[in-house]
This record gives sequence, C-alpha cells and structure tokens, in this order.
Amino acid sequence: MAYPANLKYTKEHEWILVEGNTGSIGITDYAQETLGDIVYVDAPKVDTALEAGKSFGSVESVKAVSDLFSPVSGTVTAVNVELESAPEKINADANSTWIIKVAITNPAELDALLTAEAYEAFIKEESGH
Amino acid sequence: MTDAAPLQKTALNEAHRRLGAKMVDFGGWDMPVEYSGLVAEHLAVRTGVGLFDVSHMGEIQFRGPGAMAAISGISMNDPSRLKIGQIQYSSLLTPEGTFVDDILVHKLSENDWLLVVNAGTRQKDFDWIGSHVADVHGAQGVHISDYSPHYSQIAIQGPRAAETLAKLTQTDLAAIRNYWFTWGTVAGVANTLIARTGYSGEDGFEIYIPSDVPTSEMVWNALLEAGAEFGILPCGLGARNTLRLEAAMSLYGHEIDEATNVFEAGLDRFCKLDGREFIGADALRRIQAVGVQRKLVGLEMQERGIARDGYPVLNAAGETIGAVTSGSPAPFLKNNIALAYVPSAVVESGEDIWVQVRANRVRAKQVPLPFYKRPKK
Repeated sequence: MAYPANLKYTKEHEWILVEGNTGSIGITDYAQETLGDIVYVDAPKVDTALEAGKSFGSVESVKAVSDLFSPVSGTVTAVNVELESAPEKINADANSTWIIKVAITNPAELDALLTAEAYEAFIKEESGH
Repeated sequence: MTDAAPLQKTALNEAHRRLGAKMVDFGGWDMPVEYSGLVAEHLAVRTGVGLFDVSHMGEIQFRGPGAMAAISGISMNDPSRLKIGQIQYSSLLTPEGTFVDDILVHKLSENDWLLVVNAGTRQKDFDWIGSHVADVHGAQGVHISDYSPHYSQIAIQGPRAAETLAKLTQTDLAAIRNYWFTWGTVAGVANTLIARTGYSGEDGFEIYIPSDVPTSEMVWNALLEAGAEFGILPCGLGARNTLRLEAAMSLYGHEIDEATNVFEAGLDRFCKLDGREFIGADALRRIQAVGVQRKLVGLEMQERGIARDGYPVLNAAGETIGAVTSGSPAPFLKNNIALAYVPSAVVESGEDIWVQVRANRVRAKQVPLPFYKRPKK
C-alpha cells in the first residue's frame, strides 16, 4: 500500500492533510486494516481545543476501541458527519476519509510528523516484515 | 529473560495462515480471529454457512461401569436422562455451586462417555476431575482419559450447514436431531463423530476427526469446497463471539466463572437437583431457598455508544450496580447489545440502566433473552 506523499503521519496511525492553516485528519489504511470493520466514530464537537499528541476521540470496530491522537494543536473547525451513519467509509478508503478538520495554531509541530516514506518504514517494522 | 511458552497450534494452523487469517493468542493458542472480516463471517453463518476450527477445545473420555456415576457426581445436569447418541449441556461446579467450566456430555454407550470442554480450561478441568471423581459415590471402575490431542474439531454452522455436510457423507443428517450425534464417514474419514451442536445460534454440526495435519486439512478443504455454492466462509473467534452473544450463550470467564452460581447465571434449566447428589448441589439448594442477589440481564443500547466487556453498569442515580460481562455491536441484529449482572430488584423492576462507556453514560433497555433466535423452519 502506497501512502500518499502529500500527507504527514503519526506513529499512532493518523494522517494530516495540510491546506494553508487548515488540517484534515484521518486514520491510515494500516489502522483500518488492523481494526477491522469500523462501526463507530467518536469525534469531538466543532470548537473543541486539540493538543498535539493528546487523544481527541476514538474509532471502534466490532471487537476493539482505538483512541485517536491529534497530530497537531488547534481548534476543531469541522466534523465529518457522514461517519455517524456510515463509519465503514473509513474501511473503504482510509487515506481520503477525513474525520475532523482543524485550524492549526502551531505549524512548527508539523515538522515532528512522519513523511509517507518514514511511515511506511515504521509500519514495516511494527508488523514485523 | 526467559521466553514465554510458545503458543499451542491446532492441526489447521498452516491452513488458517494460507487463508490469510489474522491470528491472535487465545488462552495460549495461536488462533484465527478473522479471515475476510468479522461482519462478513458473522453474516455468512446467519444466512448461509460458516466454518470454524475449534480443535483447541478439550475432549475427556470416561469409560467403564462407573462412568455414568462419576459424571453424575460432578455434573449439574443429569446424565441418566441421556440415551445413547444424545448430548446435554451441563457444567462442572465447585462445592459453592459456582462454575469450574461449562461442558457438553455425550453418551456414546452405557460405559463410554465423552465430555467436551473449553480450550482455556482444558487442563484445569482434567485435573479437577481427577482429584474429585474418587470421592463420588458409585464411581468405582471408571477410567478417565484426556483425548484432546487426538481430535481435530470442526464446526459447520448456518442454515446451509446440513446441505454442505450432506455432500461429504452418506449419513442421513436429517435423522440427527438437535443435541444428538452419530458416527459416519465424512470426506472419506471413517468413524467421524457427527454432532448436531454448535455455539452460533444457528443449525449446524460439530465433527470430530483424527488430529493429524493431512486428515484435518483434507476435511477442512473438502468442507470449504462443498460449501462454496452456499457462500461458505472460514470464520474466526471474532465472529464466534458475536454469534454466540446474539444467541445469548454464556462464555466461560464472562457470564460464568468460579465467582458466579447457577441461579445468578440463569442456567437453572440445565441443573437437576431433585434426588441427585453432585458437587455443588447442597450449596445450590441453600441458594435456591433464599434467592439470588444478582441476575444476568440482556441489554440493548438506546443511545449512541457500545457497551463492552467490563464496563460499569449504573442506575438512574448514577450509582454503579454491576458490570457488563459481554458487550459488542451485533452484526446481524444491527444494534449494540450486552449481557450484565445487576441486582435482582433491578431485573424485577425492568428499569432502564446506564452503561459507563468510557467518558459517557449511555442508556440501555433491559430486553428478553436471547437477543436472536433462529427462524423456525
């Protein structure tokens, strides 16, 4: 699986797409594959404050709950409400399905994130290949 | 630093890996948790047919003139009610009337009985039986063997299970009623025990074959081929759990354990106290006389949120009154369900209760069990 080069990644398997000062955040294909059929997304409300590295919600499959960790600090500006009734969209296309959008307050934090190449190397190690 | 003991493997371990199964450590066994996906596997069993490797479960043989007496002395259900070829659900109990394990008792002949026990409690059960049978009145002349390594056990479950298995055997499957078994040749393997039992809430069979890899793989593959026209899927422990939960079947370590008695668990109908003596019977008679403080209840979530194993259960005042024993989304019913122990008074009132789902209190309704019952033909 090729991970889009225009995204940045975390070791907790989130991705962020940066457009100006806005970031769209989702989980990676590796994460959805590990979780299995996603049945529930617990996303924060608009205007919630986010802190880089802190949990902002969770994604649930039938058998597991997985916390979502924010790649950046900021404020939630939008929530993907489609995921309330169709959470399985994440399974279908994790790399393009955003969960929240955030107004980024500290762009320097993006430098600490992984590139697609670094993320791919990281998951190869994780999965023991 | 010492290595942890390596995981035990069934004869079908390589077959699961070749099918691309996600493997997991289940009580020390390297088992498939899912292949194509939990939901797809669950739905295959409800609408077509699914295949399960349950070879990790244990088989304990009781032989000799004292066999039935031995079983009767340690089992809450009454083996004297069984005819040859018949099976009953039962449990081994502690002297306090709580659960050592739940079991299936098969009567092969007057002096030949087979107990099928859970994988995680296999050794515990065998040791426990060994140390308690000697005290059972009338249980002289019984030889007890652990035959677990000798059997692979495969479950074929679903409305198309009978049609699938029928392609591989001359045995008249229609003649095998629910909770009965017979012997037959399956996929060319003679002396296969064919039982109409299962853990899915659907019609189905469990077959017991020799545990060598070639035989096990041959039968497994033959079943996959026979069921292909019905959409058969190999199914893992993930779907096994959601299926049994929809059918409100107990899981050892969750609804039943050494801290829970038969009446709390609602398994009275499998417990025959009248005129019988067995380990736990006296305690159960005392409990029956005073009633139980807590009972197992079925819950259906009424608001967004999934109740999961271990989550606290609260009353309207926000006080913790119990805990979820098993909880999950229900893939066929398309809701979120749970089993929980709550005070008997709460069960009687039928009041709504709340589940603490991480940071949120989510309302749940008490519902009758089972959540799912298969349609009558």
